[in-house]
Amino acid sequence: MASISDSDANQSSSFKLSMLVNDTRYRGLTFQFIALMLIIFLMAWLGMNLVRNLAAAGLDISYGFLDQSAGYDINQALIPYTSQSSHLQAAIVGVLNTLLVALLGCVTATIIGVTAGVLRLSKNWLISRLMSAYVEAFRNVPVLIWILMIGTIVTVSGGNPREFLGEDPNSNLFLGAFAFTNRGLYAPAVELGPGAIFVAIAVVVGIVGFFLWRRHVKKTLFQSGKLLPAWPSWLILIGLPVIAYFAFAGAVSLSMPDTMANRFNIQGGTLVGKPLIALWLALSVYTGAFIAENVRAGILAVSKGQTEAAAALGLRPRRVMNLVVLPQALRVIIPPLISQYLNLTKNSSLAIAVGYADITATLGGITLNQTGRAIECILMLMLFYLIISLSISAIMNVYNSRVALKER
Amino acid sequence: MKTTVFLGATAAAALCAGVAGAATLDDVQSRGTLNCGVTTGLVGFAAPNASGEWEGFDVALCRAVAAAVLGDPTAVEFVPTTGKTRFTALSSGEIDMLARNTTWTFSRDTDLAFEFTGINYYDGQGFMVPKDLGVTSAKDLDGATICVQTGTTTELNLADFFRKNNISYEPVPIETNAEAQQQYLAGACDGYTTDASGLAATRATFEDPTAHVILPEIISKEPLGPLVRHGDSEWGDVVRWTLNALIAAEEYGVTSANVTDLAGAAGDSPEVNRLLGSEGNLGEMIGLEADWAVNAISAGGNYGEVFAKNIGEETPIGLARGLNAQWTEGGLLYSPPFR
Repeated sequence: MASISDSDANQSSSFKLSMLVNDTRYRGLTFQFIALMLIIFLMAWLGMNLVRNLAAAGLDISYGFLDQSAGYDINQALIPYTSQSSHLQAAIVGVLNTLLVALLGCVTATIIGVTAGVLRLSKNWLISRLMSAYVEAFRNVPVLIWILMIGTIVTVSGGNPREFLGEDPNSNLFLGAFAFTNRGLYAPAVELGPGAIFVAIAVVVGIVGFFLWRRHVKKTLFQSGKLLPAWPSWLILIGLPVIAYFAFAGAVSLSMPDTMANRFNIQGGTLVGKPLIALWLALSVYTGAFIAENVRAGILAVSKGQTEAAAALGLRPRRVMNLVVLPQALRVIIPPLISQYLNLTKNSSLAIAVGYADITATLGGITLNQTGRAIECILMLMLFYLIISLSISAIMNVYNSRVALKER
Repeated sequence: MKTTVFLGATAAAALCAGVAGAATLDDVQSRGTLNCGVTTGLVGFAAPNASGEWEGFDVALCRAVAAAVLGDPTAVEFVPTTGKTRFTALSSGEIDMLARNTTWTFSRDTDLAFEFTGINYYDGQGFMVPKDLGVTSAKDLDGATICVQTGTTTELNLADFFRKNNISYEPVPIETNAEAQQQYLAGACDGYTTDASGLAATRATFEDPTAHVILPEIISKEPLGPLVRHGDSEWGDVVRWTLNALIAAEEYGVTSANVTDLAGAAGDSPEVNRLLGSEGNLGEMIGLEADWAVNAISAGGNYGEVFAKNIGEETPIGLARGLNAQWTEGGLLYSPPFR
């Protein structure tokens, strides 16, 4: 039936309106067009309703509130922030907090996930069963429950900061510098003096040198077959900053937590807050369980012959995993891994459950509530999460295309 | 295909219908129940009791309005709301009125387009700390960690108080009173701040209430009252005058015990007669039956009875009348005349 019209070479001159429905070449487009119109109409209708109802309720859409001073304090701000700062600044604090926990979470979840995924395939009965238990327990319980549970565990496992305070404290700081309390981890803060820039440069050079040496080792191996030792890379990574630290004495110093400042809290130093620790741990172990399954699937997807062939060449099991199996498994692992990173980032919006001030808690919580600008705030939130998710997806897809099988 | 379009249109229409029209009174009467927004649980003000029935100071007001409008104090659907969800619930029409210790502020009244229909509790924000901390004044709290419910005026007052006194603190944002209580007892914060009445109510549920002190500073004015949506003055009048009826009833000595007798036979006090509908047509003026106030007062008693039963000195919460005494007894309660 379709072939009759398809064979018509002269169709442009003999186009009839009825062909839009009767001709298979156009029918699909016609219906898609009608569907598109219906969707546009529906959206416009809903939008108009919204505007009309808002007007009827005496409300309008305006972003003027972003300039007004927020009036509330935030317990963790990576940039300077006081209660007099604007709502916009509070939103930025929230954005940075979200990005911080997402970044930390993705890194830790990957480490946990890869380890657990590999170990679940271990021949050791106990280890593989332990990993199965971990994966099944975390995958099958909602993340909010894990966040609440780990939040509670962190709260009750640490002592009260008051135990560390005063002339004669009930417990002493760990190594004289660390205190794990129910409000978070008190640690020494790094203070930068003159010359700190050189130390910073040394750190960067150390990191670059680390990778350069590793690349050099690989290159010599591939070109001449000679295996150079890998340990000098660690020497470069650690040695350079240490030399710089001593060369520029006083450039970098540590300020210790002060237990004598007042009777409530340890002051000074850095406080890695309990909300951050709890949220970070919860998101990491939860997403790690999913990543473990991805890794396991990826490894199982690599033909067993590869392992056997590598073993036959005399490679040790760790090298077989690192040089033969994992690189091939990555092609299977990375696409679902992108989804897990996205999930972790989006799950961080449950932060308020443990009192962490992420973007949902500041802009979508307190600001929304104080100003009553629900639609404006939610639109901004949606835009933010959309941008973040698309960015993560884009970056990871670039990486994916780099490790993908090159077909020539 | 046709079905899908039809379903889509129905869903869209349902969405639009979500924003209620102006005549809330008609809606409530035709529905037969009052949707009343309350807290998710603050003992004394609004919390379900052992048998699952809501009771408390705010709940009593919901019941009085239901009794005035529908003649039945049990015809109430209680909708628990958090500090964050309460205003959306009200403006979207999910609830008809909000009786949830909500502070009357300028921007809520104007910018958020709500109408506060009176004040049922004059409150102020205070601090609670463990007694063994040895703190006697809120100004000694420099460097302390404070638990506070997010999205409340409390949070803003807290920031202002510490800024004004030039001392620092660490806020711990918390969603509900129950969570705050748990965090406070676990020692995750040194102090808990909310309205003094809320502190007293919270402390009453502690295992050892005497181990905690409420500091003397009251750092803000917190006039708490019921509110309705802007743009529906008739409904606002109903809620406002139901509250006033309870307050006036206490002033005139009308109680749940004697209200039926007083209503049955017109007495020699014209104002009581007008209030109870045996004289004049006040009920008709707000679109209700003549005995609306009788029903409201019978529901849980007059203001004083409601106070004494739920949060008064005889209850575990143990709040003194203080500012909430009648104007004739040195308090701030003052109902406009029923005339």
